[in-house]
Amino acid sequence: MRSLKLLSWLLLFLALPAQAQDAGEATISSGDTAWMLISTALVLLMTPALAFFYGGLVRAKNALNTMMMSFIALGISGVLWAVLGYSLAFGEGSAWIGDLSKVFLKGVGLEPSGSIPHLLFMAFQGTFAIITAALISGAIVERTQFKAYLWFIALWGLLVYAPIAHWVWGGGWLADLGALDFAGGAVVHVNAAAAAVGAVLFLGPRRDYGRQAMLPHNVPFVLLGAGLLWFGWFGFNGGSALASNTSAALAFVNTMLAPAATLIVWALLDLTRTAKVTAVGAATAIVVGLVAITPAAGFVPPWAALLIGALSALPSYFAILWRPRTRFDDSLDVFAAHGLGGASGAILTGIFAQSTWNGTADGLLFGNPEQVLVQLLSVLAVLIYSSVVSYLILKVLSLFIAVRAEARAEARGLDVMLHGEEAYAYGEGAVLLLEHERANGATVAPAPHQQPAPTS
Amino acid sequence: MKLIRAIIRPEKLNDVLKALFQTEVYGLTVSRVQGHGGETEMVETYRGTTVKMELHDKIMLDIGVSDHFVERTVQAILRSAHTGEVGDGKIFVLPVEKVYRIRTGETDEAAVTPINVSTA
Repeated sequence: MRSLKLLSWLLLFLALPAQAQDAGEATISSGDTAWMLISTALVLLMTPALAFFYGGLVRAKNALNTMMMSFIALGISGVLWAVLGYSLAFGEGSAWIGDLSKVFLKGVGLEPSGSIPHLLFMAFQGTFAIITAALISGAIVERTQFKAYLWFIALWGLLVYAPIAHWVWGGGWLADLGALDFAGGAVVHVNAAAAAVGAVLFLGPRRDYGRQAMLPHNVPFVLLGAGLLWFGWFGFNGGSALASNTSAALAFVNTMLAPAATLIVWALLDLTRTAKVTAVGAATAIVVGLVAITPAAGFVPPWAALLIGALSALPSYFAILWRPRTRFDDSLDVFAAHGLGGASGAILTGIFAQSTWNGTADGLLFGNPEQVLVQLLSVLAVLIYSSVVSYLILKVLSLFIAVRAEARAEARGLDVMLHGEEAYAYGEGAVLLLEHERANGATVAPAPHQQPAPTS
Repeated sequence: MKLIRAIIRPEKLNDVLKALFQTEVYGLTVSRVQGHGGETEMVETYRGTTVKMELHDKIMLDIGVSDHFVERTVQAILRSAHTGEVGDGKIFVLPVEKVYRIRTGETDEAAVTPINVSTA
């Protein structure tokens, strides 16, 4: 949740747009607008960044499929957010879900929402809806039917993301309880991780899981993705202040400090366990630290950000070691990174929040022990709702279409079988399909003819 | 001695290696190759360009073995590389004129699978 003050302002303006425009203090700040324009672009960049992070972690034959699972969310979740999702999340509605008052962006114009244009607020929130859907894909890579995935994230954005965003940020029941979630520890990360759990339980493990080593095919991609995610996260957390102010500066600096601490602790754990600091581990650590500071970013002092970063390394590190020994094929450890990272961050927010820094709420350390319980409740509520509904969405989809790729496609690779492309095509043996052959849909092979030796 | 040359599916390599190691075949060479074995072409599209890929990625194994080891090696590959679909590959058994082990200078049967560890 952004600061309570901003939220109440927002609600006031949403309810009374006409009066709000007349009111003296409801003016658009050019500074705030500038920062939010940049933040929105930064958060949008996180989805391609995630594509590289996930794409590098899978095998070469599934690289494009994995990256497309993120990229396609830019289309599906982006359009559905404007059409329906924003209204379900931020329409006034009830404590549980918004309403249809802003469908097709009705009434969402250039009037002030806080101190920025309402339309810009919608776009900023839209980038969150996009990346949250894309985050789920990491758990179900290398085996999901792409068509089913499209249906899944479309339905998921409306049935799971929008209501949960409403609970916490849209004036729903968790907001009323005073749950603190600065930039989406519960709404984005615990939510995506819970959906990942539901999806893995429904889909089951990859066919080679537990029989073969399935190694990252491009570790530099993983590092590139982690770096770009960190960069984009400055908009994710800094922008969640919804203004270019002190709260944004606090969130921004905490976003720099926490992952740095996670990186150090992760490297030390690597060192003591195997005497080697791994690159995939470092990239994972950065993401875990970013996830953990997300709910806390604008609420805790910088020293607490360092502690949150350091502490959050522990549960995720050991979960990632333990998980591959089970039959639970959360392929890219979405639950360990985002679920445990997000939960650690949300609970630690309830401990370290300090009103002298955030002007809103205190945590356990500053005389408000109940905050920890509220934080715990918000994590549990999101975890249960998102995992159950995600499982059910896949269950219903499976009655109409295949949600898992065929065994043959899984063996040959989803890039060729589902997308008709290869990530690393050398072009050898590629024969141009002529117009009449395409028209016949013919794939009848002529006798293999002599190919000229490929020149390179 | 014989040289066993097997062309297999890339996704079957792990299964084949496991079967070979269980059969106590430890010495082998693996190459990535491309070939055409009569399987249908995959059609791929890149923007406006549609192509059929006539060559498929395969793995080639070269294994030098003693005569009495040929049958069990071949059986291990047949068993582990099989899917039943076109494109499973081939196994060739070739005569070998001479074999040297570079490290020791040993020749012929002493230089191929099974590895004799009797001499120190």
